[in-house]
Amino acid sequence: MSTPTDTRLGWSRWRRSWWYHATYYAQTWRGSVAGTVLFPIFYLAALGVGVGHLVSAHSGLVDGQTYLHFIAPSLLATTTMQLGEGESLWPVLAAVKWIRSYHAAAATPLEPLDILIGKLSWVVTRALATGVVYTIVIGAFGALQSWWSLVLPLIGGLVTLAFAAPFVAYAASVQSDASFIVIYRFAIVPMFLFSATFYPISAYPGYLQPVVQFVPLYHGVALARSAAYGQWPLLPTVGHLAVLLAMSVVGVLWGRRSLRRRLVD
Amino acid sequence: MTAEPILQASDLVKRFGESTAVDGVSFSINSGESFGFLGPNGAGKTSTMRMISAVSQPTAGSLSVFGLDPRTHGPAIRGRIGVVPQEDTLELELSVRLNLEMFGRYFDIPRAVLRERTADLLAFTQLSERANDRVEDLSGGMKRRLTIARALINQPEILILDEPTTGLDPQARHLLWDRLYRLKREGVTLIITTHYMDEAEQLCDRLVVMDHGSIVASGTPRELITHHSTREVVELRFNTDSHDGYHDRLAPFAQRLEILPDRVLLYVDEGDETLRLIHQEDIAPMSALVRRSSLEDVFLRLTGRTLVD
Repeated sequence: MSTPTDTRLGWSRWRRSWWYHATYYAQTWRGSVAGTVLFPIFYLAALGVGVGHLVSAHSGLVDGQTYLHFIAPSLLATTTMQLGEGESLWPVLAAVKWIRSYHAAAATPLEPLDILIGKLSWVVTRALATGVVYTIVIGAFGALQSWWSLVLPLIGGLVTLAFAAPFVAYAASVQSDASFIVIYRFAIVPMFLFSATFYPISAYPGYLQPVVQFVPLYHGVALARSAAYGQWPLLPTVGHLAVLLAMSVVGVLWGRRSLRRRLVD
Repeated sequence: MTAEPILQASDLVKRFGESTAVDGVSFSINSGESFGFLGPNGAGKTSTMRMISAVSQPTAGSLSVFGLDPRTHGPAIRGRIGVVPQEDTLELELSVRLNLEMFGRYFDIPRAVLRERTADLLAFTQLSERANDRVEDLSGGMKRRLTIARALINQPEILILDEPTTGLDPQARHLLWDRLYRLKREGVTLIITTHYMDEAEQLCDRLVVMDHGSIVASGTPRELITHHSTREVVELRFNTDSHDGYHDRLAPFAQRLEILPDRVLLYVDEGDETLRLIHQEDIAPMSALVRRSSLEDVFLRLTGRTLVD
């Protein structure tokens, strides 16, 4: 019998964990890829062009932009948020409770942190790919106006990580999926609607504007707009990045804890 | 077979909050040996298995696998063992072949090696013809065999099987046992939990019986029967609603007597002779059966007949 030992650093195990997800996706991608390409086209056609026509006839520019220019980056942010949520809640509970594939992984040289990092890096990989597709589609609609648009996929990746990390952590700690639909209805959908997604934050009454700034997705939308416009006001940019990075870091630490409890206690 | 311990545990304890799952067990398993853990549900078998597999940290005590401490060398230990969990954890949507290849990548086995090993393991577990089918479509026995094939993908030195044949039909069980024999002949150390006594007698060189987190007996199957039971058992049924009344009349004939709702068990060395003596005393059972003592008798004696859920 051979005696393989595993003394390499974590990154080798992270790579293997990432590869598992990638291979799985390669087998089951057909359902999701159509959405990745078609949704941005549908949204930009319906909202950017259709509603945008009404908006410009009615009130001209929004935030100094045409409505199509205004809404394209926020659609990237909302989509990558939903990717972070969709890949994290049910799939993770399945992996720790129903199918138990994380338990199988925990019986190999992988540690819970390796499993977590493999998962998150795979979801971010998908977000980057989605971001590239969105950026191309937005370009095809003629709504790119700055070379900074090239960082849109990166912002998509960060938004996905900021949501996926805490959602993975949460899903790994619960016993049933009863709360997931509540999260979807009362967190995801409101964020989708009220993160200055479809109209600028100045459209809210003054006392509501600070509230909107507490909505996590707002920071992703704002960063995506900065990239699309090529305008990076220093302090707000640092603030938006800090919020999304903090969500990611807290999510990873929380996720390591809840996966440890779930898999190796 | 070399007689050097591949695994040693002393005073191993596992607590979950207030409750103690494993309460100070000590055992030593030799390389190439087939070692069994018997016990009712909740006896602490699975918790012990999880500590041995280096996925769960002992609360106290010492544990050494391949001479390594699982607390500090988890990945290295797990790279050298294979685990067949109680419930299959297969990827149902993927093919049989991919389940093996993807799992093998966790161990960083090169793809070319993996392809070859996958083909060998599929042949070994008689799944070659189903290689490209989705796991979802396999029978329970096939899934179990695939789980075993998957546990062997890293050519483990120790294979840990947690109730490997629960829920399988007799054909599937015997096929599985046959494969486990072969692995043992190849020098793989087998560690098995089961609550099927015939399985333990078939597969285990040595075993321990656990109850309430402790080891209550250990030895070879034969030793356990010799120490904790008699050579034979006489089972008598009488035409009555309650067998309690027969206790005093039958007690003199047996080393130990057990009254069950539907029959009386007499633990004796010479069953036929006992039966002859009973008939001489004009005690007339409705039916009588003489059989050899089994591990099941030992098990029930040590862990009781009360149902554990």
